[in-house]
Amino acid sequence: MSEPVIKCQSVYKIFGANAERMLKEANGNVDAKTFQENGCIVGVNNASFEVSKGEMLVVMGLSGSGKSTLLRCISRLTDATGGKIFIEGQDLLNLNNKELIDLRRNKMGMVFQSFALLPHKTVLENIAFPLQIKGIKTEDSINKAMDMVKLVGLDGRENYFPRELSGGQQQRVGIARSLAVEPDIWFLDEPFSALDPLIRKEMQDEFLRLQEKLQKTIMFITHDFDEALKLADRIAIMKDGIIEQLDTPANIVLKPATEYVRKFTEEVPREKVLLIQDVMDEKTSSDIGDLKVSKDEIIENVAEKILTQEKTVAVTDSNNNVVGSINPAKIINTVFGGRKNNN
Amino acid sequence: MEILKKYPKLFQWLFLLVVFFALCFAIDVPETYKFIRGQAEFIKDPNQSAFVFLGKEVRYYAFDVFWRLPPLLGWLPIWINDSLFFLMNDWMPMEFWNEDTQEYKTRPLVLQITRNLTAFMTFLIELIREILLGGLETIVAFTSWDWIDANPWAELPGLPWTIVAAGSAILAYKLGGKGLAIYALLSMTYISIFGQWKPSMQTLSFILVAAPLSFIFGLGLGVAAFKSKRVEKALYPILLVMQTMPQYAVLVPALVLFGVGDHAAVIITMIVAVPPMILLTLLGLRAVPPEVIEAGRMSGCNNWQLMSKVLIPTARRDILIGVNQVIMVCFSMAVISAFIGAKGLGFNLLLALNQLNIGLALEAGLCISLIAILLDKMSLAWANKQVDYFGNLNFFQRNKNSLFFGVVVIAGILLAYFGSIYFKDGYNYLFEVPHNKGISTAGFWNKGVDWIFDTFFVYIKAFNTWLIVDVLQPMRALYLRMPAIATLVLVVGAGYLIGGIRSALVVCGLTLFIALSPWWDRALVTTYMATFGVLVSCAIGFTVGTLCFQNKHSRNFMLNVCDIFQTFPSFVYLIPVMMLFGITDTSVLIAVIVYATIPATRYTIEGLRSVPAGLHDAATMSGVTKFQRLFKIEFPLAFPHMMLGLNQTIVFALFMVIIGAFIGTEDLGQYILKALSDKNGAGIGLTLGICVAFIGLIFDNLIRTWVDKRKKHLGID
Ligand SMILES: Nc1ncnc2c1ncn2[C@@H]1O[C@H](COP(=O)(O)OP(=O)(O)OP(=O)(O)O)[C@@H](O)[C@H]1O
Ligand SMILES: [Mg+2]
Repeated sequence: MSEPVIKCQSVYKIFGANAERMLKEANGNVDAKTFQENGCIVGVNNASFEVSKGEMLVVMGLSGSGKSTLLRCISRLTDATGGKIFIEGQDLLNLNNKELIDLRRNKMGMVFQSFALLPHKTVLENIAFPLQIKGIKTEDSINKAMDMVKLVGLDGRENYFPRELSGGQQQRVGIARSLAVEPDIWFLDEPFSALDPLIRKEMQDEFLRLQEKLQKTIMFITHDFDEALKLADRIAIMKDGIIEQLDTPANIVLKPATEYVRKFTEEVPREKVLLIQDVMDEKTSSDIGDLKVSKDEIIENVAEKILTQEKTVAVTDSNNNVVGSINPAKIINTVFGGRKNNN
Repeated sequence: MEILKKYPKLFQWLFLLVVFFALCFAIDVPETYKFIRGQAEFIKDPNQSAFVFLGKEVRYYAFDVFWRLPPLLGWLPIWINDSLFFLMNDWMPMEFWNEDTQEYKTRPLVLQITRNLTAFMTFLIELIREILLGGLETIVAFTSWDWIDANPWAELPGLPWTIVAAGSAILAYKLGGKGLAIYALLSMTYISIFGQWKPSMQTLSFILVAAPLSFIFGLGLGVAAFKSKRVEKALYPILLVMQTMPQYAVLVPALVLFGVGDHAAVIITMIVAVPPMILLTLLGLRAVPPEVIEAGRMSGCNNWQLMSKVLIPTARRDILIGVNQVIMVCFSMAVISAFIGAKGLGFNLLLALNQLNIGLALEAGLCISLIAILLDKMSLAWANKQVDYFGNLNFFQRNKNSLFFGVVVIAGILLAYFGSIYFKDGYNYLFEVPHNKGISTAGFWNKGVDWIFDTFFVYIKAFNTWLIVDVLQPMRALYLRMPAIATLVLVVGAGYLIGGIRSALVVCGLTLFIALSPWWDRALVTTYMATFGVLVSCAIGFTVGTLCFQNKHSRNFMLNVCDIFQTFPSFVYLIPVMMLFGITDTSVLIAVIVYATIPATRYTIEGLRSVPAGLHDAATMSGVTKFQRLFKIEFPLAFPHMMLGLNQTIVFALFMVIIGAFIGTEDLGQYILKALSDKNGAGIGLTLGICVAFIGLIFDNLIRTWVDKRKKHLGID
């Protein structure tokens, strides 16, 4: 595998006056409680992970668990208190000001939780802003920004001011702005939370389509598990600054690493997460019907087909070879039952 | 006893009052005490005591220390004076190259610096002045008198008034559209036709130098303070004092440092106008949401871009208020600095007031106000201007304003030229209407004043007498009757009850400074006048504000009225009251009331408006009547904001009381005015200014502390 685009090695972010000294004294054993007693707040606690090119990592966790802070560290909006961060092999914390600015101008884009639009600029000017900062001619940047306005479906409103837009519309401006420079690495902090369900679904689909085409490396924060499942290659679950588990959606649901993750995923509809191959029987029984399903299908998509069968259904791989079988009863079991005693 | 437990604070306040009154009654007025009028302090009197500190002798009338503290700070003004003198004349002499005599000359460093500053300011003012009015100083500055003698054509002819008027209308149109353009054209034409052109342009040239410089410095220092805690800490105390320091008081030391003239006026104006600009810049920058800054960072801004393209524009609202303040102060100073020899409308205004020619004063005051409003509106419009990217304009459309201005210039020159042929009698009215040849309404106004006086004399006099005899004099006597210790106890106690030990100490320090200065009695008079003004202003302001708030149109109307009134230089307020009440304390007090009612009204409306709309709706939905809503919800929530209005009201009132010295009041202002014409007045002027500033700061500290607590209590902030 090629070099990871984002690589974090035990990253810490601790807020407070003497954070650095406290971190040193803690010797890698950071405990949120003791820190708090000493007037420090632990934002991110020993985060180590990698994100490879074209991958989408979704970060989840309760409010205040440090998701935004982690993102800020990786974009170096705040300096991490400890640890190392590499962006495409470059040591982020060692970049000087100019290199950092170059990195941001050309490689990174970010969508903010609270939109963070410039109140004195119109929609169009907001979107063109990063381009203008980069030094692109006004005319070109305005044209490019206009394309972006169309992309997020705000045409006709390009001369409005942020205060004249609804929350969802403002967020779309934020998305358009972050895309204007065509960044390779894209940070999104709850980008779709302010959108209504219809637009949200539309934007998610659009987002996936874009991602298919552009293959950006993405870190995406959301509170919505459905959204995470729809988009994520891998999911990280955070609690009190610690990444409790970072794995594929299926593993998170099927093999929660900690009690917290199990609780967190309890209510998640399995059929949306699991693939046929996660629940099929390896051996092929003799009693197989005519229907064949691919092992890479999500259960939800084929459940209806399988449940109308009486016999066991054959499971095939991508070369159409039968690799296993699945019984309708098993589907029923996965969807409706046995959440607690699921291995 | 139940009541005591329920309202412990109330009891504490009552206790404080009881102590205060007990002290007042316990300490008798010493027999030798009399309110000292006029110059008495400077006359050597065998009854006086004296002490020597730092080699300065201080003489004073000694009383029981409980009654009046001895003026232990009496040496301070003399010391300031001597220090300034030393700085200017003896400190760090250095060799400087002298252009005129072509040789090195020894000069003290400070003197050299102030001289260079002076020369620079003079150059700027002259440059603009000569563009507007004609002259040759600027050319001479680059060449020499000999050269001008050889080439007399090089003298700048000055722009005909037609061009300036039309030009400002075009600029106003470009910035703010039709309405502003019409206003600009009308006011410029008015100024010209009424023969006020020359002084107006002199004032304008002064403003055009002072305002941008103040803006730049204020913004720059504000940004510096935002970026560095250390700068902020260093600036903050100065800013606080400057905010409440009457502009009058700064005149005197500046007189010593920079001499007499327009340049000194510009420098003083900057000293006065920069602090509010700094404060507002800082306030605005602080309020920028951190995520907006981060968004700027992520867009790849470097520090400069972040400041100029993200932070400052986002903080625009507060910075604009700063600009508004700068312009306000500049016009105010344009009048006040006439005391130290600035030319223009202010000089005419003061002269007219001195001669009791109300008509002339009114005309000059009107011109100043017209220009002030014009500049204020233009700067606002400029800051709010939008770019249209999709105009797809051709060359003509894009440059139509410049082209049009070109046409106007040519037309104006032609007009002026034909005018010089047409008006043979020596006055070219199409070039400039001379001062005494314009239409003058002065006679009309003066007749009006006379008529009012003749017709209503009895009533005005009766009112005057009643106010002075039955209200003001008793009030003043009461204030003067307070023993110094009692006042101190009252103020410090209030500080302690409101803000704890810290507040008490601050307030104690401020009060002690005044009490130990030689002007405690005068300060009491200032305070009494200010108190009276503030009480009446607040009563009017809060009522009017609340009434106007009930309806959207009246609310906006009132805010606009406040805006416009605020732009008037403070001296202008003296004109109408002198018209009606002549030279009495009543005039000053009415001017104080009118002037101080502006912030009271404005903050009431804005305070009520700051009550969240959601709460408003929620209250309406729970079936509250309008009155209940006002008293149960809106007033309590708006109260902190309204108290800040009270703060402003106090500062405004103090300023006006001090300016009132011009019509002859017997308070600190009188001494400041006197210091202006005193060769050794710098120290006295500055100390007096600090005294006034401290009176303001005492109230400022108490109110702010209270507001902060209240806000925390209400959970707003
Ligand atoms: N600038 C700061 N100073 C001090 N503490 C901070 C700062 N920023 C964040 N924190 C603390 O760090 C913790 C993590 O905050 P963070 O914003 O990362 O949460 P989050 O996971 O993004 O929550 P949400 O889902 O509500 O956005 C919180 O406890 C917060 O109080
Ligand atoms: Mg967050």
